[in-house]
Amino acid sequence: MNPLRRTLLGAATVLLLRPLAALAAWQKEAFGAKSAPDALKSLGVANAAPSQDVVIEAPQIAENGAVVPVEITSNVKGTTSILVLIDRNPFPLVGKFDFAEGTLPFVKVNLKMGETSDVRVVAEAGGKHYFATREIKVTIGGCGG
Amino acid sequence: MAAGPMKMRATLAGGYTDVRVLMTHPMETGQRKDAEGKLVPLHFIQNLTVKVNGRAVIEAQISQAVSRNPVFSFRLRAGAKGDKIEVSWLDNEGETNKTETAVV
Repeated sequence: MNPLRRTLLGAATVLLLRPLAALAAWQKEAFGAKSAPDALKSLGVANAAPSQDVVIEAPQIAENGAVVPVEITSNVKGTTSILVLIDRNPFPLVGKFDFAEGTLPFVKVNLKMGETSDVRVVAEAGGKHYFATREIKVTIGGCGG
Repeated sequence: MAAGPMKMRATLAGGYTDVRVLMTHPMETGQRKDAEGKLVPLHFIQNLTVKVNGRAVIEAQISQAVSRNPVFSFRLRAGAKGDKIEVSWLDNEGETNKTETAVV
């Protein structure tokens, strides 16, 4: 396998999927990654800078790991995409939200957490990445049952 | 079970349209065991699309770590009463569902 060809194919695929292709293929590799850095790497995110403009609202302590309410807002100007990861879940990548013009980079959703972990949010704006983390303590995990 | 009812509400709030949508889906992680101790296979929503008047404005890919019967809130920058909002999903078994509502 020619690695350059792979890279070019990958880049072409990424270009084709943007912006907002109808039902973009599910990013199997990134969602299957077992660590947050691996997931981010396979999504092409490198050198994300910490930013206070990425806001994560969540309880400090979640009694039930099966339902952890998380509210995310990016105040980074021109945010087009938000990634949500739970560092210590078996598969950290939880979601990738792409926003077109006319929407606010905001999402609120309930998540499952296996154990106490940092929740990591990466916002993409103008090809650059900004992130914030927030620790949520979990007293009963939500992945097994 | 999977393609159960969806519920959605879209309301004009101060300066944006608040869209709240509930989907009925087990969101199985593939790690849970049933009463007989057998693993329940992975079954979860993968893709989510929000459309306003037929135009896709939010595309999301999600994992099995979203809670059972997912509830999402999104915000649209503008909006007018009567705008048509459509939300659809597709899961890893190819099942799909959608719902539509008008902004109030």
